[in-house]
Amino acid sequence: MAAEPRWGSGGGAAALLLLLLVAAASICHAASNFLPVSDAHRSAALELFAPVDGSFGSLEETSEALQSFDILGIERRTNVRGSTCSSAVEVLGSSSSPVKDVFYALKVSSLLKCDVRQSQLEAIASRLKSVPSDASSLNDFYYSIGGLVLIKNQIPVVDVLLEDADKVFQAIKALSQSDGRWRYSSDNPVSSTYAAGMALETLAGVISLASNEIGQSRIDAVKNDILKLFDSIEKYDDGTFYFDEKVDGVGPLATTSSVVQGLTAFASTASGRVKLPEDNILGLTKYFLSIGIPGDAKEFFNQVNSLSCLENSRVSVPLILALPATVVSLTNKDKLKVRVTTALGSRSPPLKVKLVRAFISGSKDASVIENQELIFDSEGAFHILDLLPTSIDVGKYTFVFEIVLQDSEDAKVYVTGGQTKVPVYISAIIKIENAEISVLDSDLGSVDTQKKLNLGKEDDVSLAANHLQKLRLSFQLSTPHGHAFKPHQAILKLKHEKAEHIFLVGNSGKKFQVILDFLGLVEKFFYLSGRYDIQLSIGDAVMENSFCQDLGHVELDLPEAPEKAPRPAAQPDDPFSKYGPKAEISHIFRAPEKRPSENLSLAFLALTLLPFLGFLVGLLKLGVNLKNFPSAPVPAMFAILFHVGIGSILALYALFWLKLDLFTTLKALGLLGVFVMFVGHRILSHLASTSSKLKSA
Amino acid sequence: MARSTGEDAQALFHSLRSAYAATPKNLKIIDLYVAFAVFTALIQVAYMAMVGSFPFNSFLSGILSCTGTAVLAVCLRIQVNKENKEFKDLPPERAYADFVLCNLVLHLVIMNFLG
Repeated sequence: MAAEPRWGSGGGAAALLLLLLVAAASICHAASNFLPVSDAHRSAALELFAPVDGSFGSLEETSEALQSFDILGIERRTNVRGSTCSSAVEVLGSSSSPVKDVFYALKVSSLLKCDVRQSQLEAIASRLKSVPSDASSLNDFYYSIGGLVLIKNQIPVVDVLLEDADKVFQAIKALSQSDGRWRYSSDNPVSSTYAAGMALETLAGVISLASNEIGQSRIDAVKNDILKLFDSIEKYDDGTFYFDEKVDGVGPLATTSSVVQGLTAFASTASGRVKLPEDNILGLTKYFLSIGIPGDAKEFFNQVNSLSCLENSRVSVPLILALPATVVSLTNKDKLKVRVTTALGSRSPPLKVKLVRAFISGSKDASVIENQELIFDSEGAFHILDLLPTSIDVGKYTFVFEIVLQDSEDAKVYVTGGQTKVPVYISAIIKIENAEISVLDSDLGSVDTQKKLNLGKEDDVSLAANHLQKLRLSFQLSTPHGHAFKPHQAILKLKHEKAEHIFLVGNSGKKFQVILDFLGLVEKFFYLSGRYDIQLSIGDAVMENSFCQDLGHVELDLPEAPEKAPRPAAQPDDPFSKYGPKAEISHIFRAPEKRPSENLSLAFLALTLLPFLGFLVGLLKLGVNLKNFPSAPVPAMFAILFHVGIGSILALYALFWLKLDLFTTLKALGLLGVFVMFVGHRILSHLASTSSKLKSA
Repeated sequence: MARSTGEDAQALFHSLRSAYAATPKNLKIIDLYVAFAVFTALIQVAYMAMVGSFPFNSFLSGILSCTGTAVLAVCLRIQVNKENKEFKDLPPERAYADFVLCNLVLHLVIMNFLG
């Protein structure tokens, strides 16, 4: 009854995880670049759908593999036709095989063009035709109608037309819910989005199989259902839309795929257009593209098949604007290229791409470019932004593009989704100038030694300084356009054999400078004199010549360490040992309390028994007797049971102390308590009545 | 003077004993039980004084078990005593049933606390 036929639950979890990752990525920046299906998809398909021993597995898996290959335009390299066809024919020949298997056998045989005898197809057609009249579940409708449609497309001669199509249409429609979702069967109250997709596909099949036309009012009702279903569409921040299933075990990818298949099938058979918001169609396409290349065969099929449905549908064909490279190098004079294709990567109709504006990501500043038209390069099918204006310097930008269709007729077929935001990195080689390192005298500020540096290439300076001097490192960074450049990281590192120290290099405008006053740093340096290696790292995502370079060394002469100076943390001999096992943590338990000697405790145990002994002796002295013990058998039995009951409760307490937990004890105590209460009441009321009789007598 | 005090004391004890001899036997049994419980508690206190109160909850439950049952026994004695007019209408069997029930509840708690 569940949606199992088209979906495995393991894949659902994986898809969900993938979506979470996509969602997490998309929250970070709303602008994103969705790449259309490319050759990477084709090679992934060949890997995912690799036949084992000349077959793809079950008929269902085979049909998915073959369909994926057909959609992607991959030639079937391996010959699976013979064995697959024979198993399909076998299923078709057996009159007892389930409708679902027949459906997939028909699908495979139509994809592989197997030789199935016409008489066999006629027998199957008559069998499938009988299914919908007394079917109650959506799966039965789906597979029988789907099978009939396949036969119709394969051999049109076979009579597959449904006489009571109107009745079947109504029976399926009866399963729909007010919110546009569908139920799997009339006795299952759970409504499902996945089932809605299946139902729409089935209804499309019924329309195409109907011998008399289905009433327009019924079709309009279904169109209304579709609109209601799209009210429940969900959205991510990056503009992708998807359907989520409230029923467990079906992931959003399978659900969205089901709806898309149903929608496009229905739109292509039903008369009149299904009017849906353009951004929904584009968002669904982007959703499938945002998944990238799924690692699961089922997900791969769902993605590719849905994209193909969208591309070939009569609803509207989405156009995807993508940048083959989102990094543009100023130094290499790269040109910004934009490609507009359909989701499956086929060519777009003639159109123009306009760069509406571009601005630095994350800033509120005015845009750096406005309204530029891109030039179309028909050879590579690219739209090229010929010249980046000088206002665009290195950095991370968001470019906003707009697609303008040249032919107004195309606008009815294609959706472009208005403006598309794409993140673009403009990178370049950063100019490093005036780099020098010098030792200054602290009190006068006069330069003691000064060395020019050749940053980005090789340097090996050797300096000497004492604790009364300062070390100064300075350089200038500028972009190709001559503006100041501030990298993410500018770090100076001094490495002694026993310790290493890191300093950030600050900047004012173009000039970067760090001054190390050794007098204030002696303590931080642990009073360690000797050779310090100098290392400088400058790095940024848009800096093409980021580097981490050894500059040389400085010989430091620091004063002797006073008594209480801190010692440097011992550095591990092997730098990789920090990845090794950690030192074992020894747990310190609280020391056990002092206990008295065993003999003393035993002596006191005996001592506690003494009063009890005294109690017994006292009883004897008092001359206690059991004369009052009832002699008649029934009360005597109650009396014995009463004492046994109390004894057993005490024994239960002892057990509770020794091993039982509170719950078992209380349960047993409840039972015993009722028992003791009953017998106790009997015996005590008996005793009371005898004593009152004695009194009155 | 001192002699007379001793004699007085002796006379007092004597009269007390003779008066006590007149108490019904069932009350004497209860008295004996109370004495037994109190002495057991005293021994435990002595033990604690000697070795310390380490398993403190065990010690507490031991003491409380003894004093609790002693208090309950005293209550039983009050109710059973025929000279106590207040409980004239209460049959001793009913009082005994109360005593048993209270003891069972008390010791359930004690056992839970014993650890």
